[in-house]
Parts: sequence; structure tokens; C-alpha cells
Amino acid sequence: MTGTVEAAARPVLELNNIHKSFGGVVAIEDFSLDLRAGEIVALVGDNGAGKSTLIKIISGVHAPTSGSIALDGEPVSFSDASKARSSGIEVVYQDLALADQQPVYMNLFLGRERLRGPFGLLDRKAMMQETQKLVDELDVRIPSASAVIRDLSGGQRQGVAIARATHWATKLILLDEPTAALGVAETAKVEKIVLALKERNMATLIISHSLDQVFRLSDRICVLRRGVQVGVRETAKTDKNEIVSMITGVA
Amino acid sequence: MFQRTHAIARKFDLQGSVIYLGFIAIFLFFAVTLADDGFLTTRNLSNIVLQTAPATIMAIGLVFVLSAGEIDLSFGSIVAVAALSAAVVMQEHSMLLGILAGLGAGLAIGWLNGALVAYLRLPSFLVTLATMGLFAGVARSMTDLRSIPVISDVFTGFFGSGSLFGIPSLILWTLGAVIIGHLIYRETRFGAHVIATGDNPRAAQVSGIKVPRIRLAVLMVSGGCAGLAGLLYAGRLQAAKYTLGESDLMTVIAAVIVGGTALNGGKGSVVGALVGSLMMGMLNNGLILMGLSVSDQMIVRGLIILFAVAISLRGTSRA
Ligand SMILES: Nc1ncnc2c1ncn2[C@@H]1O[C@H](COP(=O)(O)OP(=O)(O)OP(=O)(O)O)[C@@H](O)[C@H]1O
Ligand SMILES: [Mg+2]
Repeated sequence: MTGTVEAAARPVLELNNIHKSFGGVVAIEDFSLDLRAGEIVALVGDNGAGKSTLIKIISGVHAPTSGSIALDGEPVSFSDASKARSSGIEVVYQDLALADQQPVYMNLFLGRERLRGPFGLLDRKAMMQETQKLVDELDVRIPSASAVIRDLSGGQRQGVAIARATHWATKLILLDEPTAALGVAETAKVEKIVLALKERNMATLIISHSLDQVFRLSDRICVLRRGVQVGVRETAKTDKNEIVSMITGVA
Repeated sequence: MFQRTHAIARKFDLQGSVIYLGFIAIFLFFAVTLADDGFLTTRNLSNIVLQTAPATIMAIGLVFVLSAGEIDLSFGSIVAVAALSAAVVMQEHSMLLGILAGLGAGLAIGWLNGALVAYLRLPSFLVTLATMGLFAGVARSMTDLRSIPVISDVFTGFFGSGSLFGIPSLILWTLGAVIIGHLIYRETRFGAHVIATGDNPRAAQVSGIKVPRIRLAVLMVSGGCAGLAGLLYAGRLQAAKYTLGESDLMTVIAAVIVGGTALNGGKGSVVGALVGSLMMGMLNNGLILMGLSVSDQMIVRGLIILFAVAISLRGTSRA
């Protein structure tokens, strides 16, 4: 019994005093945050505040200049994105990171292809079927699993990127403005998918410029201003005015 | 019927490629205009296939390089160095050592290209432009411009004039290389990673693909293919000389582009490269039979290649 309580209390992800500079430019000055399983935390802040940089630090694309990261209590330092991936962290990047001339199923399985037979040849059929099943489940409407990304709409591409992340994540999902380019219906669909992650006991960090969305989805809101974490609020105990003044720094 | 050809075209990555029409058009044109000059004889047609064997194999290597978003300009020089290495080693040592020397030289130069591109992040265009000149010089100095005879019958049979069950060995080499190349390109994880790297290197990298390793590998594939092409030249001509491969750069690149491989990566076809290469061979052959002077041949060939490349790039680059 105590075991479960401890597991629930221990954060999936702990960021302590993260600092990151690119040459002389300081992108993240001081950032700390804990993320628990089954929790959605929204990361908000103005353009250039350092939100995307922070996501890339967690996912191993950038190494922090200083500070520490722990996953399930174990200190980690991911030397590249594939290390974070194999630890169960998935990302939907702001620019999606899809291979445009390849079919949907190859994008879903990129780097983790299904193989068949003694020579280890690509099992396209299995990948296509699994992809079809997944996009049906998530209600991502694409012409087919073998459609080429370039022929899809912005919303469909976003759907593919989100389907890929949710399919492979086991611990933590990082979403960088997943609905920035979407219409009302598509946005609602993505929000449904994000809320469903809670039921899978996933920890989710979502970046969004839409405060309405942030208040609809999140359990907690973390505000980043010019690279500094200026506060974390429980969504139920705050309001838009407080968050806006934290973002802009005007009381 | 249409459904079926469409399915086949998909399987071999030929959709959107106009190469077949071009191939048939050129074939019909020569068949009609050169009917009395022996274009359509079995002997002439099989000669075309035999003569294009080395170029086809270089083209297969180049499909991998271009698909990964890189380029190799040095394969012609690699051909000469590989052929000369094999011929020189065989003067003193066994045939097997000669073959290993030829292929080894190709792989080693490919490794040099690849290491500079992958780990020093130098553009492959500049790296292979430099090694093209560098190894053209090496080929010239290796034997002081002399041609080295290849006297081993086993070697010239295996790589040149021999045959198995009545099928000329050069055709077997071509078929084997196309089948293996196609399988690796289309059906293996390595092929998928090559294509993804050329399509979007950042997406490939965050997906866990070792992008530098892929860049190194494709340039080694090209070097190895060029090494094999050098052996085929040495086998067919029963000699190695620094001029081997010298004039193949334009035709091989054209064959690959016409065959539906994208210049900036992410898309390609090994079977298309074969058809493109045969088309270039047919063009050479037809222009010679037409009795054009060498300079006129160069001009006409250049113009036709320009036309063919323009058409195939328009045909494949729909938005
Ligand atoms: N690779 C890099 N090299 C140099 N500077 C960088 C790099 N990546 C980000 N920066 C800088 O770090 C700062 C934070 O950028 P970041 O992309 O994290 O902002 P953001 O909060 O995601 O903004 P937005 O809301 O516009 O997406 C910016 O000043 C940016 O110019
Ligand atoms: Mg951003």
C-alpha cells in the first residue's frame, strides 16, 4: 500500500535550476518544475520566453548548460533525442519533424520499423495496419495510412505527429503548440486526445498561447518569463488575469 | 490492366516518372531512323546493355547518395583508381587480391568522402569535387599514365567477356546489382533511414536515426559501386587506364535523375536508375550509328539530357 502512495507522490520528471545559453544568448536562466503521472501541466509565456528550448532540453536535443533532470527519481542526461525516446518520452515539436515525402505509416514507425522474415525486411503491411488502427482510434481523418505527408492538410499532419507521440510514449509527452495551426473542430479533437492521456496515467507538458485552452486542459500552469520560471499555479485556484500579469510581468 | 500496371508502378516507385515514355520514344526514333544501320540487331541491342553495365552500377550507388540528400562527384575518379589498383596488384599477386584491392580502394575513398561529410560537416558537393580532382591525379600518377594489361582469363571472363548459362556476365552483374540494390533501398531498414535522412534530417535524427552514420554509409556504397564498376571496365577492356570512368559523370547523374531520384533527397528508384542508364546507353549508341562526329555527339547528347532532366524534374516535383 505504501508503495503505491510513494509511486504516486514521486514526480515522473524533475527539473532543477535548468540554465541554458546559446553562446552569449541566455535562453533559460533558471527553471525548476516537477511533473507527476496523470497530470497535465501547461507551460505559458511570451514569444521567445524559452518554452521550445525547454522542451528540447527535456527531450535531449539540447543539453542544459547547468542544472539537473531526473526521470522517475533517477538523474538523467540525454545525449541525444533517441535516448529520451527510449526512456518513454515523446515530443510533438512546433515544426512537427515529419518526413514530408514519406507515407504516414513510415513516419509513425520512423526509427522503430517493424521487420519480418529471416532477412529483417520492412513489414510495410503490419505498419500500415497498425497505423490505420491508431488513426481510427484517435479519429485522425487521413485518406489512408499510405498517404504521403506532403499531400495532407496542416491539421492532418498535426494529427499524425500527435498519433506518433501518443503511440510510443510510456511516461511523458511534450506538446509544443499542438493546436496553433488548427481550426475549431480539429482543436477540440486534439484536446480530447490530450485529456485521454490522463487516463493512461501519462505526464503531459503542453505549450499553448491560448489561455482558454490552458484553462480547459491543465491541472497546473507554469509561467516562463524571459527564461525564468516565475511561478506555478493550480489551474482551479487561479484566473486569467493573474496568469496574464505573470506572463507580462505587469502587476 | 491499368490498375495492375499502376500497382506495379507504385511498387517500384515509378509513379510520376516519365522515363518509360522517353525510353520508348528514343527507342522508336532510332529503330525507325537507323533501321538500315543495324540498330535493331540483337547484337547491337545486347551491346548497349553490356556497355552500360559499369554506368548502371555507378548509378545505383548514386541513388543512395542523392536519396540521403548528398552528392558524389568523385565516382568517376574512383573507377580509375579501383581498376588500376586491381590491375597493378594482379601483376604480382593473385586475382582474388586484385579484386579486393579494387573494391577496397573504392570503399576507402568512399569512406574518406563520407567521414569528411558526416563528421566534419563539410558539404558533399565540395568534398567530392575535391576528391574527384585528387584521385584523378592519383590515377594518373599511379602508373605514369600507362595502361596496365589484365591477362587473367578468369578475371576477364568473370568481370567482362564471360557468360553463365549463355547469359553474358556483364548482364548478370547488372541484374544482380539492380535486384540487390532495389531490395536494400526499398525493403530494408537501412534503405528507409537513407530516404528519411534525405527527406528531413532533423526528423530523422529525433527519430533516433544516426544521421552521420547514414551519410558515411551512402558515400561508402557509392565508392564500393564505383570500385565494382572499375573491375567491370578492366574485365571488359582487359586493361586498366587512368581514363576509365572519366566521361561517366554527366551520363550517370543524368540517368539517376531521369530515373526518378530527387536531387535534394528523400525520394529515388534503383529500377528507374537502370532504365535511365539504358536510355543514356541507347542514346550514345544511336548517335554513333547516325554517323555524328564526336563533337556533334557531345552537343546533341548534352541537349537531350538537358531536355530529359527538365521533363523528369517537372513530372516528379508536383506540389
Ligand atoms: N539553437 C539556438 N541558437 C541560438 N539561440 C536560440 C536557439 N534556440 C532558441 N534560441 C533563442 O532562445 C530564446 C528562446 O527561444 P524559444 O524558441 O525557446 O522561444 P519560445 O518560448 O518557444 O517562443 P515561441 O512562443 O515564439 O515559440 C530566443 O531568444 C531564441 O532566439
Ligand atoms: Mg516555441
